[in-house]
Amino acid sequence: MAASGNFALWAWLAPALSFVLLSLIVPLRRSGKAAAWLSIVLSAGALVAAVSAWRASVPDMARRMLWEWIPVEDGVLTSVGVLADADSTLMLILVALVSFLVQVYSLGYLADEPPASLGRYYTYQSLFAFSMMGLVLAPNFVQLFICWELVGLCSYLLIGYWYARPEAARAAVKAFWVTKAGDVGFLIGIVMLWSRTGTFDFSELFEMAQGGSDALTGLGLVMFCIYLGAAGKSAQFPFHVWLPDAMEGPTPVSALIHAATMVTAGVYLLFRTAFLFEQAPEVLAAVGWIGAFTALFAATLACVQRDIKRVLAYSTVSQLGYMMAAIGAGFASAGFLHLLTHGVFKALLFLAAGAVIHAVGTNDIFGMGGLARRMPQTFVIFLVGTLSLAGIPFFGGFFSKEEILGATWAGGLTVPFAMLVAAAFLTAFYMFRVIFIAFLGGPAPAPARHDGHGEAHAHDAPAIMALPLWILAALAMGLGIWFSISHPEGGFAPPGWLTPLAIGVAVAGIAFAWLVYGLRAISGDRIFERLSWIGEAAVERFWLDDLFALVYRRIILGVSRIVGWVDRYIVDGILNVLSAGTLTAGDRLRRIQTGQAQDYVYGIALGVLLLMVWMRWPR
Amino acid sequence: MTLQAYLTLAAMLFCIGLFGVLTRRNTIGILLGIELMLNAVNINLVAFARFLGDVSGMIFTVFTICITVAEVALGLALVILIYRIRRTAVADHLDLLRG
Repeated sequence: MAASGNFALWAWLAPALSFVLLSLIVPLRRSGKAAAWLSIVLSAGALVAAVSAWRASVPDMARRMLWEWIPVEDGVLTSVGVLADADSTLMLILVALVSFLVQVYSLGYLADEPPASLGRYYTYQSLFAFSMMGLVLAPNFVQLFICWELVGLCSYLLIGYWYARPEAARAAVKAFWVTKAGDVGFLIGIVMLWSRTGTFDFSELFEMAQGGSDALTGLGLVMFCIYLGAAGKSAQFPFHVWLPDAMEGPTPVSALIHAATMVTAGVYLLFRTAFLFEQAPEVLAAVGWIGAFTALFAATLACVQRDIKRVLAYSTVSQLGYMMAAIGAGFASAGFLHLLTHGVFKALLFLAAGAVIHAVGTNDIFGMGGLARRMPQTFVIFLVGTLSLAGIPFFGGFFSKEEILGATWAGGLTVPFAMLVAAAFLTAFYMFRVIFIAFLGGPAPAPARHDGHGEAHAHDAPAIMALPLWILAALAMGLGIWFSISHPEGGFAPPGWLTPLAIGVAVAGIAFAWLVYGLRAISGDRIFERLSWIGEAAVERFWLDDLFALVYRRIILGVSRIVGWVDRYIVDGILNVLSAGTLTAGDRLRRIQTGQAQDYVYGIALGVLLLMVWMRWPR
Repeated sequence: MTLQAYLTLAAMLFCIGLFGVLTRRNTIGILLGIELMLNAVNINLVAFARFLGDVSGMIFTVFTICITVAEVALGLALVILIYRIRRTAVADHLDLLRG
């Protein structure tokens, strides 16, 4: 077996070991710090193994290790194992890296938590790392789906980490339900695909697609169902409503699950099965359009948020839309590239935002102000992340973002291309809005006080939180510079005016933000008045959350009530009548058992007589 | 004598035995009824053995008589035990099997 597969397997099993130990040994989990260090050490091991797996990998789907899992009459229904090719191991590194850094960071961020909850947190973190790696390495749809649901569960558990807070509990349930709505489609799609082709296996499906198998024609509905799952997980319109609310979880969780890894699972799924989606071009086009629309839509929402984490959340939705658009245009590798760079710099932004929140004690950007002087290190780090996200040359997101724009143009999706350019402008604008309001400018008029952490006492994060930040910042810079030099081949020729356009749009967005929030040459309020119709709508999140709530309250709860009535009075009623009848009949029948042996002989004699009559009865 | 005569006798004996089993209140009477029924069967076996010219029927009868003896011995022993414990041998009082 390939060495790459071995390493990948080790990487996958390290967090599993940590999870099993932490969940079974209760004193270890309740000890808090010890649990944290166990989880961190094992995730560091996973990172090393993941890097080794990547170094040993080859761009070939055939390198894999499988174990038979569900045996059926003729062969094996599905297997479980690892599929370690160049792409999956690269994604594996991203998962292991961000997971490791977030776990280290959490040690500082959650230092005030009681030991028992800290242990619980690290147990969930280990389970998440295990599930996400299983998803990334999945060699077939079944393992992928199971891990897919497991990461959804971890997301639910970690959003609701502070479950005593009602908003957190609500957000956790909301995230769970909204993604589950998409997952139903995903499951149906997988089963339909299996009934068409008779296999769940990626490489078998790949060979079918290569060979132009008839089983893979007319896959439109199947692929759309699978896309629904991806849309739910990756927060595509209209399933994006859960992601901003998911910010109720601890900030490191947002960085890991809701920015770098889990939400990109949908993009990864589409990238992994791009060869199947190519069989259904109409679905691909829909993916591209919805992606581009999501990118623009979420970007407008990000412009009016006051909560720094919600800005980043909508930004994540927007960037996921970018990736989907590239995949929809038929250049999945461009989307995957952006997935990787976005994973690094968005995790960086979230962790930096976490450092700010930790220091200031509020999420509201208007309650911060002038942080650049008090937290110079955090400011530099946040700036690196912001420049990466805005797409400034030599920073992480520049090359991959331009690649996506080029891909949509080359894929012939002109209108989505225009949407993405507009979204790029807004991205630069809303990120620098945060920079100008929170980090530059004067301090906030009334520092919001939370739990003793006053605005006046804000200072840079402690070393254990700063270290992951610097590593991620260095990576974001390094990736940007490396891509600028190496220019990985995208498989299409972007037009010459694309690079100036991308840079120009980003700079324009920054300049506009500077004019509005830096110089205050243009009043933000006046813009808001001018664009009041769209501004109002954006503040109200385009009433989509209300729509979902309405659907939930009126339709789903109404139907549940009817179903509940049927269950209580008809299904249960039949069962109750049956059981009561059996009871009464048993009670009646009991009385004929007199205990007199002679009575039984009567019965037997009578029975024999009847039998004889019946046998002799003329027929 | 025809076969019918023997079979009729056996049937009558069987019915008398069954009547005894069903109606006697005393346990010993019930055992006697069972004896009568078994002997009706014996008559049947012997009659068929004679008229069909097959000895195995008679051999069977010898076995049946042996088993009957054992059964009566066992049955009487049980009755005596029951009488010692329950102070009665009336079948109506022995209703431990009542549901």
